[in-house]
Amino acid sequence: MTAHATAPAGPLLTLQDLVVSYRSRRGPRSRRQIRAVDGVSFSLGTGEILALVGESGCGKTSIVRAIARLEEPAGGQVLFRGASIAHVRGPALRQLRRDIQVVFQDPFESLDPRLTAFDTVAESLLVHRLGGSRAGRRDQVLAMLEQVGLHPAEAIARRYPHQLSGGQRQRLVIAGAMVLGPDLVIADEPVSMLDVSLRAGILRLMLDLRDSRGVSILFVTHDLSLAWVVADRVAVVYLGRIVEIGSMDEVIRAPLHPYTRALVSVIPVPETTTARRERILLRGEAPSASRIPGGCRFHPRCPLYRQLGEPERCRTEDPALVAVPPAGRGPAGTSKAGTHTDGASPGRIGADAAGPEHAAACHFAKESS
Amino acid sequence: MSLLEITDLRVQYTTPRGPVTAVDGASLDVDTGQVLGLAGESGCGKTTLALAIPRLLAREATIRSGSITFGGRDVLAMTDQELRSVRWGKIAVVFQGAMNSLNPVHTIGDQIAEPIRAHEPKTTAAQARERVAELLDSVGIDPGRSRSFPHELSGGMRQRVLIAMALACRPQLIVADEPVTALDVMTQAQILEVLRSLSDRLELSMILISHDLSVIAEVCDSVNVMYAGKIVETGPTSAIFAPGQVGPAHPYTARLRHAFPDIRGERTFIEAIPGHPPDLIAPPPGCRFADRCTIAVDKCRTDEPALEPVGAGHAAACHRSALVLGGAALDAAPLDIPAADGVDGQTAGGPS
Amino acid sequence: MVRPGVTTGLGGPTAPEPGSPALATEAAERELGLRRVWRSVTADTMGRAGLILFAIVVLMAVLGPLIFPFDATAVNSSELLQPPSPQHWLGTDELGRDVFREFLAAAHVSLVVGLAATAISMVLGAGIGITAGYHGRWADTGLMRITDFFLVLPQLPLVIALAAFFGQNLWIIILVIGMTGWPTTARIVRSQTLSLRERQFVTRVRSLGASNLRILRVHVLPNVMPLIFANTVLVIGGAILAEATLSFLGLGDPVQVSWGTMLHFAFQSGAIGRGAWWFFIPPGVGIVMVVLAFTLTGHSIDQAMNPRLRGSR
Repeated sequence: MTAHATAPAGPLLTLQDLVVSYRSRRGPRSRRQIRAVDGVSFSLGTGEILALVGESGCGKTSIVRAIARLEEPAGGQVLFRGASIAHVRGPALRQLRRDIQVVFQDPFESLDPRLTAFDTVAESLLVHRLGGSRAGRRDQVLAMLEQVGLHPAEAIARRYPHQLSGGQRQRLVIAGAMVLGPDLVIADEPVSMLDVSLRAGILRLMLDLRDSRGVSILFVTHDLSLAWVVADRVAVVYLGRIVEIGSMDEVIRAPLHPYTRALVSVIPVPETTTARRERILLRGEAPSASRIPGGCRFHPRCPLYRQLGEPERCRTEDPALVAVPPAGRGPAGTSKAGTHTDGASPGRIGADAAGPEHAAACHFAKESS
Repeated sequence: MSLLEITDLRVQYTTPRGPVTAVDGASLDVDTGQVLGLAGESGCGKTTLALAIPRLLAREATIRSGSITFGGRDVLAMTDQELRSVRWGKIAVVFQGAMNSLNPVHTIGDQIAEPIRAHEPKTTAAQARERVAELLDSVGIDPGRSRSFPHELSGGMRQRVLIAMALACRPQLIVADEPVTALDVMTQAQILEVLRSLSDRLELSMILISHDLSVIAEVCDSVNVMYAGKIVETGPTSAIFAPGQVGPAHPYTARLRHAFPDIRGERTFIEAIPGHPPDLIAPPPGCRFADRCTIAVDKCRTDEPALEPVGAGHAAACHRSALVLGGAALDAAPLDIPAADGVDGQTAGGPS
Repeated sequence: MVRPGVTTGLGGPTAPEPGSPALATEAAERELGLRRVWRSVTADTMGRAGLILFAIVVLMAVLGPLIFPFDATAVNSSELLQPPSPQHWLGTDELGRDVFREFLAAAHVSLVVGLAATAISMVLGAGIGITAGYHGRWADTGLMRITDFFLVLPQLPLVIALAAFFGQNLWIIILVIGMTGWPTTARIVRSQTLSLRERQFVTRVRSLGASNLRILRVHVLPNVMPLIFANTVLVIGGAILAEATLSFLGLGDPVQVSWGTMLHFAFQSGAIGRGAWWFFIPPGVGIVMVVLAFTLTGHSIDQAMNPRLRGSR
């Protein structure tokens, strides 16, 4: 059931060629400017869940910080409801800080150890002067605690973070975010620090919140399988660029980019097989953003590059994110039921009426079947 | 005879609220070259059990009963001096989160050499350097990086350094506590590959502790699943986790396995296990998993099940394990857990 | 490879380590609040000793002058430097006044001066430390240079100079001790604030839209308070000692006698040479007691609040 009777035209969030860079103090002067995010574009529709998947250091956290206005982009734009968030001030900024919420990775660190659960959620209201009277606030806070599955709310409200379990703390953080009724929630590795047995609860909570309130979620993770559980679309990030984007089902079933293919192959499964699983273990680790390889930034680690005999094109030409025509794709409707996509499409690539585009940044995307 | 034999170990912690039995009668064996997994949620006692082996428990913990035999010798009776030669020389530990506690002012080469020089003081600097290079190579790090400092290395590389440190004195047994938690899936896969190949090549025995069943299934030959201080299932991973084989015989193992999304199947939702483990100050009578179990009957709440064999080398502590082997633990309808505090797994309000 | 359910009689239990503290599980370790600190301090020998001394000192300083008031004008030239007697439990001083009562009155003065000076240095130190740590960059650099300046300011010449100008006065002492004591506190507080600022819960609240003032008031200050508190207790001890030193050198208030002043007069009047121990030993003991009281208690509180300082596992 949608909470938005009339969704605004156009996507909720759009990134256009976003560039985020840092200045490092070490190394030769020519390499001091580190481009953690190097031209990222995508959009997110109302009520949609988009996953941003990549190894640590790929820039996804910088993307999160840029959208949450904790970081200023060095280039490109972030558009929220069609308007740039760059120079927003005063009441408009406050509104923005209500509409966009962030849930961070470490549930314990995200909470002030001296505040009770109640105070943590109430703080969101107090900062924005919502909730009216003290009684009004109290009702809202308790209702929110119930909604995120912290029962009995009265008892939990009195507890301190160290008296709650990992899963409960994360629910508390989510409560603090949701009580403001945001339109967009950015979840940065929300379950990575929780035991595997606890993750399902939090993921289910996020899905339910999307279904009941129509909130859009940007789900950032290094684990593709978690993204697969909740997201409608996925964007794979490598060294500051999107290397593949498309609907979740399609990207998993038919990944176009060799990096995505490797990620799919190493998804953890609780299985023992006598034949070693067909896993593509990339060599080494992603280079640091201060030394981005020339040409296609993935080529030094790319299995396809080696397989094809090290084509020169990969070393010299930086591939653009190009939509791959839907050869043999099923009819439209591969998005998860209940999605309120409004034709959201990746960046500048034109929207396809048959569903989200599947695009990859690889010269030889088609060769990798 | 096994390399390591633990029999009916009981470890108790003294807490302000009273004594807590963190490990309540656990037994296990590790043979030479075998990789054994200890699986379970946080707080189930797996780390306590593993750290009891080289007697590295906190001061507040005492071993109340049971025995630990390593290489035929009684570990519990060893003197401090004997223990010091056993630690690292025979049993090495990779502690949880240790990759963040490498000394930032020493190179990794120096830190790997440290245990070598401590245990074999006659080693010359050249010999130590050579051994360090050998070790780095065996864990997949370019030996030229031995002069790097920890902060110059990524998380995955630091974890490899720790493994190299553990191997420094050629131990017979390595205890690895959550070796890949907090690493990316890609790095995780790489580190597990390193562990696996080391165990194969060096005939190394390993005890691998993890809450993540996929890690256990990937690397271990056998698994012991722990819950609330007790071992509830044990057996070869090829029987429990291989497709088409018997599978788990305990409902907890079965539920844990289903906490993993399976991308090959339909996009179904992964299952959480509602509720949380019992407070070990006063464990409930009967089976400790009973109130989170979907197939529990009255007997389960009164009679504590013992580990009973259910197959070759496969045992489970469950009165209804036959049902689990048939796949039943997952078919039952989700429980309606009464409002216990902080029930994880219960979700947002909405149409049920 | 399992031997299910075997109970053996092999191997006896390992004897528990003697004297290990009763803190064990994670939950107890992280219990917040004064109750836990209190329990920890009273359990610790050092803390207990400190608290006992503290109680004695407070009793002396507060109740003493009320029960046994000291009259500075009760000069009695016929009973100069008399040894202890039933009328004068601690004998008489160089002006024939009762030393016991003088001692109690001086306790009061020493304590008041110490506390007042500490108040100044803590407020200044904490305020500057938090501001520098939180705002960083220019504010930090500027404030830290000012801190450095005050850090090297010498107490003695400053007191002498001010006394020459304004006459000898307890307020001068209080001011100078306060002004030279705050830099150390400022540095400690700044350090703690810097690390707090980077913590994720501060980032989260900032992304919520909380103002800096709110963050300081609600999040930073309460988390820095324990450190400030522990530090305060230690600083008091230091301030009292500083006052005693300055007064001993003759820079104190000659009318409002403190222990340091008593020692000064003891020295000046040759009481030491004459062996009038009842005059100079009690104030010395008093100073030691007070400083010990605050130092022991302070260290014990510090240990209780900072788990890393506790006896290792």
